[in-house]
Amino acid sequence: MRDFLIRHQTPALLVAGLVVVTVLGVLTGNETVQVTLTEMFIRLVVVVGLWVFIGNSGIISFGHIGFMGVGAYAAAWASAEPGFKQIMLSGLPVFLQENQYPFAFAIIGATLLPALVALLLGIALMRLAGTAASIATFAVLMIVNSVYANWDSVTAGSSSIIGIPTVVGPWVAVGFAAGAVVTAYLFQVSRLGLMLRASRDDEVAARASAVEVKRMRLVAFVLSAAIAGAGGGLYAQFLGILTIDPFYLGLTFITLAMLVVGGMSSLSGAVAGVFAVTIIVELLRIAERGVSLGALDLGLPLGSQEIGLGVLMALILIFRPNGLSNGRELVWPGAAPAAKAPAGRTLSPELTGDAAPSP
Amino acid sequence: MIGFLQNLIDAVSLGSIYALTALGIGLLFGILRLINFAHGDYITIGAYALIVPSADVTARLLIGDLPLIVMTPLICLIVVVAALLSDVLVFRPLRRASSPTLMIASFAVSYIIQNGVMMLYGARPKAVDLWSGANTQILIGDLRVPMLQLIILVVTLVLMTTLTLFLRKTPYGIQMRAAAEDFRMATYLGVRGNLVIGLAFAISGILAAAVSLLYTTQSGSLSHTMGLPLALFAFVAVVVGGMGSLVGAVVGGFTIGIIVTMLQAYLPPELRAFRDAFAFAFVILVLLVRPAGLVPSRTSFERV
Repeated sequence: MRDFLIRHQTPALLVAGLVVVTVLGVLTGNETVQVTLTEMFIRLVVVVGLWVFIGNSGIISFGHIGFMGVGAYAAAWASAEPGFKQIMLSGLPVFLQENQYPFAFAIIGATLLPALVALLLGIALMRLAGTAASIATFAVLMIVNSVYANWDSVTAGSSSIIGIPTVVGPWVAVGFAAGAVVTAYLFQVSRLGLMLRASRDDEVAARASAVEVKRMRLVAFVLSAAIAGAGGGLYAQFLGILTIDPFYLGLTFITLAMLVVGGMSSLSGAVAGVFAVTIIVELLRIAERGVSLGALDLGLPLGSQEIGLGVLMALILIFRPNGLSNGRELVWPGAAPAAKAPAGRTLSPELTGDAAPSP
Repeated sequence: MIGFLQNLIDAVSLGSIYALTALGIGLLFGILRLINFAHGDYITIGAYALIVPSADVTARLLIGDLPLIVMTPLICLIVVVAALLSDVLVFRPLRRASSPTLMIASFAVSYIIQNGVMMLYGARPKAVDLWSGANTQILIGDLRVPMLQLIILVVTLVLMTTLTLFLRKTPYGIQMRAAAEDFRMATYLGVRGNLVIGLAFAISGILAAAVSLLYTTQSGSLSHTMGLPLALFAFVAVVVGGMGSLVGAVVGGFTIGIIVTMLQAYLPPELRAFRDAFAFAFVILVLLVRPAGLVPSRTSFERV
């Protein structure tokens, strides 16, 4: 048991950390704190999903917020009130229109539908080389946005879907966050994950070692879309009202910023980034609201929050390119696993080729 | 037949805008391996530089009121300065970073510029009346051609010819091509890296300024996210054309312009709202058949 815990201490520590934060948050009894926490855990699910693909393959994806949107709508279709669905969403299949399914069913839908979409699109996208694939993932975001904003009989178009039961609070959200972390970790240490990271570090060498790079990327793409989709489902059942607008570039930027700030080459980094960026954004938001001293309103102008986040991201990229985690995983001090080092780069420079002369 | 020709002219003029944008993006990618998201926001900066900074809904022209011969260089200058600033402040410290890192950094730059513009000018779109004389129509036979589309076409051709001549005939152009071929080797042979990259940023700034003038005249409105769709379509154009090839960027730009316009014209009305989705789905299909793009570049392959 002790060996098992030491070997898998990273996810154990991360999950324990999440639970502690939740307990503290719930103990405050403050409504705002709990809402912020819930939203943060939902974003954590999405960012961890994003990390499964980006962290392991080294390819930036701008399309995952699209998958989150697909998941959110899938959950809404399953769980919104039948009365609303029959009037506004008359294009839905009859079984969805007439029934109101429970949360569990909605989340399963929110996981499977994005995975299916990712599989179909991924077959095409994963054939492209790294940078081209990144740009092409934009196509995913835009296709989802265009379809969901205009398919009135199924998505209610530019008006919103209402009557979704709001069952997601901090505890449900943290449960899914922990689930996402464990899933991502299992993928990371699996044979598939190892092969994919090999292709990230040296694609040519990996291919020469019989790694089927495209197929590995596709597997990670589908899995990460499923996790991001689950995040979307949580989001729908957290807000209770849904439009396609939030699932676009703004959220794409924030989730990528979380990944970059934390350090996208490690799972702990993804989690740390979510915490760090949430804290910074909340602080900036408070600063924007400002304080009133008599007749004087002291506050940052509107938009400072976004600019601050952008500047922070640029600074991190310049001065600490591996993010806050510096590419390492979270380990208990003094209890590093003896046999295998975690996913960080621990090979000597000669072995990784970093010693090659640079211009 | 007339209808088709009319659509074709629309397609070519939209394609010209995309091609100019894609050219600016492709030029930087060739040399720096940077996919510059902020390129769309250079276009936004050029457009907003025309008006008086304020949060009012109606825009008062400032630079835009000057005679053309003063206004155009001034807007170019402003955009070039913005492009060079983004290089000096963000991209120069990242010279040795990987291509994904550069891409994310440019995403951050784009986000900063967008919100900066929003802070200065307000979030609401503004109407501007720049050069309304250009919207008159000329009759060629039975064909009604808006003057502006002809202007767009001519400007595009002039810029592309000038750029080609610059790259082929001048010493700086040859250095830029050498750097695009193999940056490290070029610097070993005495090409100054920062100069070449600065030039690339400046040229992409000029291209962006041209697009912002043409596009603002055509659309008659400003918004802080106006450059975004242009940049996104241009990105996809660069990928469709073949990454790392300037000819490819232009071919890709025109391809996207033609696809979008023809879908708009010939899709059944109830599907027309999904135009962009069809366009991007079509792009994915093209890539499925030709993963390296329509004009594959020799230098785009991974070097071992």
